[in-house]
Amino acid sequence: MSFFKKLKEKITKQTDAVTEKFKEGLTKTRDNFSGRVNELVARYRKVDEDFFEELEEILISADVGFETVMELIDELKMEVKRRNIQDPQEVQGVISEKLVEIYEGGDEASSELNIQEEGLTVLLFVGVNGVGKTTTIGKLAHKFKSEGKNVVLAAGDTFRAGAIEQLEVWGERVGVEVIKQGAGSDPAAVMFDAIQAAKSRNADILICDTAGRLQNKVNLMKELEKVKRVIEREVPGAPHEVLLVLDATTGQNALIQAKTFKEATNVSGIVLTKLDGTAKGGIVLAIRNELGIPVKFVGLGEKMDDLQEFNAEQYVYGLFADLVEKEELSGSGD
Amino acid sequence: MAFEGLADRLQSTMQKIRGKGKVNEADVKEMMREVRLALLEADVNFKVVKEFVKKVSERAVGQEVLKSLTPGQQVIKVVKEELTNLMGGEESKIAVANRPPTVIMMVGLQGAGKTTTTGKLANLLRKKYNRNPLLVAGDIYRPAAIKQLETLGKQLNMPVFSLGDQVSPVEIAKQAIEKAKEDHHDYVLIDTAGRLHVDEELMGELKDIKELTNPNEIFLVVDAMTGQDAVNVAQSFNEQLGLTGVVLTKLDGDTRGGAALSIRSVTNTPIKFVGLGEKLDALEAFHPERMASRILGMGDVLTLIEKAQANVDEEKAKELEQKMRTASFTLDDFLEQLGQVRNMGPLEDLLKMMPGANKIKGLNNLQIDEKQISHVEAIIQSMTREEKTNPEIITAGRRKRIAKGSGTSVPEVNRLLKQFEDMKKMMKQMTGMQQKAKKKGKKRGGFNLPFNPFQ
Repeated sequence: MSFFKKLKEKITKQTDAVTEKFKEGLTKTRDNFSGRVNELVARYRKVDEDFFEELEEILISADVGFETVMELIDELKMEVKRRNIQDPQEVQGVISEKLVEIYEGGDEASSELNIQEEGLTVLLFVGVNGVGKTTTIGKLAHKFKSEGKNVVLAAGDTFRAGAIEQLEVWGERVGVEVIKQGAGSDPAAVMFDAIQAAKSRNADILICDTAGRLQNKVNLMKELEKVKRVIEREVPGAPHEVLLVLDATTGQNALIQAKTFKEATNVSGIVLTKLDGTAKGGIVLAIRNELGIPVKFVGLGEKMDDLQEFNAEQYVYGLFADLVEKEELSGSGD
Repeated sequence: MAFEGLADRLQSTMQKIRGKGKVNEADVKEMMREVRLALLEADVNFKVVKEFVKKVSERAVGQEVLKSLTPGQQVIKVVKEELTNLMGGEESKIAVANRPPTVIMMVGLQGAGKTTTTGKLANLLRKKYNRNPLLVAGDIYRPAAIKQLETLGKQLNMPVFSLGDQVSPVEIAKQAIEKAKEDHHDYVLIDTAGRLHVDEELMGELKDIKELTNPNEIFLVVDAMTGQDAVNVAQSFNEQLGLTGVVLTKLDGDTRGGAALSIRSVTNTPIKFVGLGEKLDALEAFHPERMASRILGMGDVLTLIEKAQANVDEEKAKELEQKMRTASFTLDDFLEQLGQVRNMGPLEDLLKMMPGANKIKGLNNLQIDEKQISHVEAIIQSMTREEKTNPEIITAGRRKRIAKGSGTSVPEVNRLLKQFEDMKKMMKQMTGMQQKAKKKGKKRGGFNLPFNPFQ
């Protein structure tokens, strides 16, 4: 059985709606990325150096990052040699296989959020400016709320003009309470307040927003460490997740972002936003490969329910959906 | 730092070539591979890289590098020149309409920094060109976007035109221009909602605003960290709207900013401004040469020098120099100097601008403790005037008093005094040397940098 068939079979067990969301959200990415892989495969008669060089370019243009691309290409070359593959069509399957391997990074459960069965779960959101932290928090609050959870939001971005109001609008939309202080107040103090409020309201989940900050601003990173310390002190075992929000259009700098934020706040997962544009977000491959941080959510649109739990198979299926369907149509089983 | 600059990359190739005496075409090819990697790591689009490398290798093989005795440096020079050329001249001018108001439209993806840049631009127009801009809140989609612009308006003490989030942006723009004419504003800055370049409906809305307001400038605001996709975004916005300029934001981060090159080469639109911080005065003119250095990871000496010039009072500097010569440099002068260095911005930022600073291992983790400087300041401020001019008189008893007054400890006071003594000694030696050098020949004047960016 071919790899795509296996993939398809695995996925049909999951809800169709989610698969559709991925397919739809990733249309642009797919058109750009797998369209080019298809074209490449069709153009070459045999697998040679030029073939790999062009493949290298496709991956680089997806922001995968040079080192990861080199590693992937080396592995592919070895695999091709081992299996004695001559036909470029066959390489295609191996490519997707390798991609899923990297995305899954060895353990499959890692994309699930660490939600406490009992007591308060605290989620801390961090990231550079303009990646979509507040919007993601709004969407996530909506998701938890519709699952029947009692959610409280903490307006920790006390710096950017209008940030508190932005979170408040989301709070109203979703119907959850937002704990805030005035603009310019100490974010750590906001967190302290929010935790007390969440405790007294018996909330299940507290989601903490923070101001966007570039990772090379030492004092701002220090401030973030302090925020985290306050949370750690007030709720044992918290924050249960520190989620780094990354913009899918970001290039190689995302790797440095992940590294630095991980050092400061021990990031446990990534939310990849704005994947509904033409950007490929390939840098998450490099981040997974080099730092071992899993992607937990992807933002696939602007609507409230456009935040999806990340699933490597879904993702790769989204990238290669055309291929899977083509194979199905031709009905070829091997 | 995760990525090496071009100079480091070429270093290893050069080591292989060294001893050969002369480089051949194959060597050039290998060097070009390093150039390619350096540019790709800086997020320059791969197609742009391809073209660029082709151009540079033609020049390189065309004898310029082959004949050179220092081919590595020659390659860097050629690459930097070509990069600078490609990114165009310095064009930070803003159009002026024949009949006011001049209309500027700000467009871009979500989270690029349009609203903040709109505020910064308004500030620049007033400060530098003495204009009277009207800010227009045209982002009716993102929650609290209007509030954000209104807050910026309040900070700048500038009027913001808004019709809430229930009126279409096209109508808002129309009424805003009427209002600007009425109130004699000579500039109208229209902030628009962030949108994907593939979102036909929202791109249509921008076209409608353009049609109706006939803007003199349409600025695309782009995040400097953008990766390979920058070309698609810029091209698409340019084709649909006809951009007149680009503003690159978040350049105060540590990204190489290769997007600048990609955007410039696919749109042929000048990059006019760069955003360098969260404060409202952190918008500066774009300098292609500096950007080229940055993309290549060679540090940004010029900005460093400019920062120093902007923040150091020239007369004071002369006075200081005189004092150094005559060795009458006091703790008071030292205090003043500290203040001036601090005015230039956070020390880590300054350090990072130094060429080769990224080579120093652990610099990224090195935190220059600004508190330490505050301690030094406190210690000096706790001295009497006499003690400051004449530190020799500071006895053990006085040290105790100073430590107490500044909230530090006696060892800290001791350390400072010792450092100050050493500094004075060094100054004596240096001024001595300088005077000798002057006698020998006056040719070597000018700005002698202690480092050479091309090594």
